[in-house]
Amino acid sequence: MATETHAAEDTGLVFHPLDQFIVKPLFGEGPIHWYTPTNVTLWMAIAVLCIVALFVLGSRGRAIVPSRIQSVGELMYGFVYKMVEDVTGKDGVKYFPYIMTLFLFILFANFLGLIPMSFTTTSHIAVTAVLGFGVFICVTVLGFVLNGPAFLGLFWMKDAPLVLRPVIAIIELISYFVRPVSHSIRLAGNVMAGHAVIKVFAGFAAIAAISPVSILAITAIYGLEVLVAGIQAYVFTILTCVYLKDALHPAH
Amino acid sequence: MATETVEHGVEASAGMPQLDFSTFPNQIFWLVVTLVVIYLVLSRIALPRISAVLAERSGTITNDIAAAEELKQKAVEAEAAYEKALADARAQANAIVAEAKADIQAELDVELKKADKKIAAKSAESEAAIAEIRDGAVKNVTQVAKDTTKELVAAFGGTADTKTITAAVAARMKG
Repeated sequence: MATETHAAEDTGLVFHPLDQFIVKPLFGEGPIHWYTPTNVTLWMAIAVLCIVALFVLGSRGRAIVPSRIQSVGELMYGFVYKMVEDVTGKDGVKYFPYIMTLFLFILFANFLGLIPMSFTTTSHIAVTAVLGFGVFICVTVLGFVLNGPAFLGLFWMKDAPLVLRPVIAIIELISYFVRPVSHSIRLAGNVMAGHAVIKVFAGFAAIAAISPVSILAITAIYGLEVLVAGIQAYVFTILTCVYLKDALHPAH
Repeated sequence: MATETVEHGVEASAGMPQLDFSTFPNQIFWLVVTLVVIYLVLSRIALPRISAVLAERSGTITNDIAAAEELKQKAVEAEAAYEKALADARAQANAIVAEAKADIQAELDVELKKADKKIAAKSAESEAAIAEIRDGAVKNVTQVAKDTTKELVAAFGGTADTKTITAAVAARMKG
């Protein structure tokens, strides 16, 4: 990394594509304690404010014929509600507020991260791992609480031939424990990679000859990132629903 | 530039900011705070409100649809009643027309018969008059012929009795 930086500076190009992910204290310098208000705090607070604006202020009128903001909120509500109901069934609906919380946080964090000069909280594995492992632990505990030992039936395929069942059980067990890892790395990886690529192209914009190409590329990737921001929030949420369904109905 | 390089050197030594574990407690703490705040806002205020609004809206829509259905039913009934009234009126009109026609026909027949009778009477009368006139004429002619004959005979110096003259004139008139 260090040698790379020096080499780049020799040719006049400065690439710091990962600097945008640095966690800094908001006020002054110094070590980052667990309570220090940082840019993480700032952008999470902005996400909360946006959610409050959309869902609390937007639906203030409780109108039968909704205003624009209220109808956006209602669309998101309907979208996630239908997803939870379709995937987990009727008895999963009582977990809807938790899933809505996850969806909205990821969606707003992703989109706010697309504002130039902003900080993307979901690009950090620390954040997505908490989300992913949180879902994993909740779902596992819920599975055992609701079904007791029968929850282990999730790994014991009744349809498979008896000889294959232990093998399948091992594979299922491994895949079950890989879930939170893939769940969190998928989100952080997608978001981080897109932002880093944009920064790399932005570095090339310093060279006059290729700056038009570079700006075109930034525009194209930015469009792609807008898609990715929405899709990753959707994917995270629907996978959460799928895992929740496994906890509610462990029998295949 | 040099200080910047040094600074970056320090940060670069930590590698990816994502793997800088010293920031993890901070991020995790603020993430948990954020999630709890979002959850409370959603579950206490936003979601019940939106679900109430949606329920109210679907209730309103259902009621409106039911009302519209009812009104439509009423409209269909009204249309049927109207059609029936129209058909009745038409039938009644046809009946009246037929009745009037029959009345007129009957009256006409009566009048025609009367007129025929009158005409027949008048023509019989005329015929009688004509016959009378004709008879009168024949008598007159006969008389005139007799008188003329008598005068002619007298003029020629003969005398003729009335009987003979009458017979002669009658014989001539027959021819």
